[in-house]
Amino acid sequence: MSFEPSESATDAREGLLTSQLLGSATAVLRFCLVTVATFLGLLAITFFVGRVVPIDPVLAVVGDRASNEVYNAARQAMGLDRPLVIQFFSYVGDVFTGNLGMSISTGRPVAEDLARFFPATLEMATIGILIGVLLGVPMGVLAATRQGSWIDQLIRVLGLLGYSVPAFWLGLVGLAVFYAGLGWVAGPGRIDIFYDGIVEPVTGLYLIDSLVAGEWDIFWNALDHLMLPASILGFFSLAYIGRMTRSFMLDQLGHEYVTTARVKGVPERRVIWRHAFYPIRIQLITVIGLSYAALLEGSVMIETVFSWPGIGNYLTNALLNADMNAVLGATLVIGAVFILINKISDVLYRILDPRARK
Amino acid sequence: MIDWLLDDSPSSRLQANLGRAWHVFAALLRNPLAVVGGFIILVLIVMAIFAPLLAPYSPIGQDLANRLMPPSAAHWMGTDELGRDIYSRVVYGARITLMIVTMVAVIAAPIGLVVGAVSGYFGGWTDRVLMGVTDIFLSMPKLILALAFVAALGPGIENAIIAIAITAWPAYARIARAETITFRDAEFIAAVRLQGASSARVILRHVLPLCASSTIIRVTLDMAGIILTAAGLGFLGLGAQPPLPEWGAMISRGRNFILDQWWVATMPGFAIILVSLGFCFLGDGLRDVLDPKQGDKQ
Repeated sequence: MSFEPSESATDAREGLLTSQLLGSATAVLRFCLVTVATFLGLLAITFFVGRVVPIDPVLAVVGDRASNEVYNAARQAMGLDRPLVIQFFSYVGDVFTGNLGMSISTGRPVAEDLARFFPATLEMATIGILIGVLLGVPMGVLAATRQGSWIDQLIRVLGLLGYSVPAFWLGLVGLAVFYAGLGWVAGPGRIDIFYDGIVEPVTGLYLIDSLVAGEWDIFWNALDHLMLPASILGFFSLAYIGRMTRSFMLDQLGHEYVTTARVKGVPERRVIWRHAFYPIRIQLITVIGLSYAALLEGSVMIETVFSWPGIGNYLTNALLNADMNAVLGATLVIGAVFILINKISDVLYRILDPRARK
Repeated sequence: MIDWLLDDSPSSRLQANLGRAWHVFAALLRNPLAVVGGFIILVLIVMAIFAPLLAPYSPIGQDLANRLMPPSAAHWMGTDELGRDIYSRVVYGARITLMIVTMVAVIAAPIGLVVGAVSGYFGGWTDRVLMGVTDIFLSMPKLILALAFVAALGPGIENAIIAIAITAWPAYARIARAETITFRDAEFIAAVRLQGASSARVILRHVLPLCASSTIIRVTLDMAGIILTAAGLGFLGLGAQPPLPEWGAMISRGRNFILDQWWVATMPGFAIILVSLGFCFLGDGLRDVLDPKQGDKQ
């Protein structure tokens, strides 16, 4: 009796593999379609907001102090006499060629403005999510393993506060306490004025740029300014990530394989980190992705409070100046990054989780 | 009275419904956090109704001689830059907050329920199209979307409510669809249909009532988020306009004085936190009572 698989078994196996490949190919195709549809949906919403909702979109773009010639020229340029569908397609074309119109408050193309302001937002949100992950995950695990201990209570309270404290209010209180009261951190803005413009912007991230240039003073100054707003963003992601980690861990620790491992005499540390934590890291990727995307959104409020020259600040300034092109451009960029992060974490989840791969 | 409520064989639909409501209420009373949450919401409602009786001063009356006074016996939360009593403004602000959350719930929940129930009941292409739109809205950042809508509609409390409702309905559509699918093929639905009921009647009279409890839980849990978004819009100057005592707008005015007169900006913030916490507690409690399966997962 040989242990070689019979011919028919090999055939069956190949058939299975092909069908799995085909299945994953359609899954990939489907995923791409959904992603494209989501981005088109975002474009449809910004188009709708910009061209349909305002009573007079021309006025919304040129402002109410524009002369008649400017008004008519803008109306012509925006092609408002054409059917809506045609207008939508030309809008999509414009967006894909990077033409988001001119900003009336800065006098520059919106796309250029956004590229200049985006790194500041990215820097703050990234430090924020690092704080959230590095503190939130271990705290959540500890809370689950020591139910009822002070850290468990802390994670519960933080989780609730994360849902109920307004970010802009926390920013103001933080400024009053840590900047004005204790003097621990630097005030609003990204960097002290006399350091401004010394370092050649390479990435636009001040922490990296100053390190590349070897300017340690500037690095510490930028970090000083960044610490408070990033910590406040970090607090919100810590609250969420900590709560989710705790509930995932509680779920795992209730399984029988954990009891089995303990009965076998596996050391507790290994049971927690190797047996129980290992499977939840995939769920955590989704949670961290969601939290990162939410931080980009939350930075709108925080940037306004801290006069942080990022996209959120740009958006709120544009809102107050009724600068519609800038508002829609910023909405589009934040929305697109938000969707992108969610889709990436979705893909990672599918790749890493053997159950989702089917 | 209680015997009548707890009767195992109620003689009317009203008695049965009241009996069930009593069970839910009694179960909520056994949940300490839900009691705290319910109490906070009750205080909010009482404050909103009896604002003129509870507020010692007018919310918009200026008193420039007493501007930026710290909290004292005369002004429990101090005064703002126009000498207005902050406590009185917080009390009147309860009206605005309550109005915003109620209006958003009244607009968003029915839209979401109908979209979800229609989607789940008919299935097929109707389902695909409706859920496609829902998912697109769900994958957008809510606050940014609301900001863009307010930018186009113009600042103001009505437009803020519309903008928040536009971002809130998709979650309810998802819930209603999930519920509808579980009993779409149930025998009682088939029985009603065989009696000649139209699809509209089946959905309105038999499907939607069964989606109600999970939607109520979700709406209550969402309230905190709605309050924070509304306050954020107010803070940016896009929601309620001055001199309305909206809590977010009050924080925004206190921003200029945060370093020296901390109470102007902080006091309304405490009100926001307290009310949001109240809705969180009540929502958690309702979930434990109405939907025990869900409660275990969290």
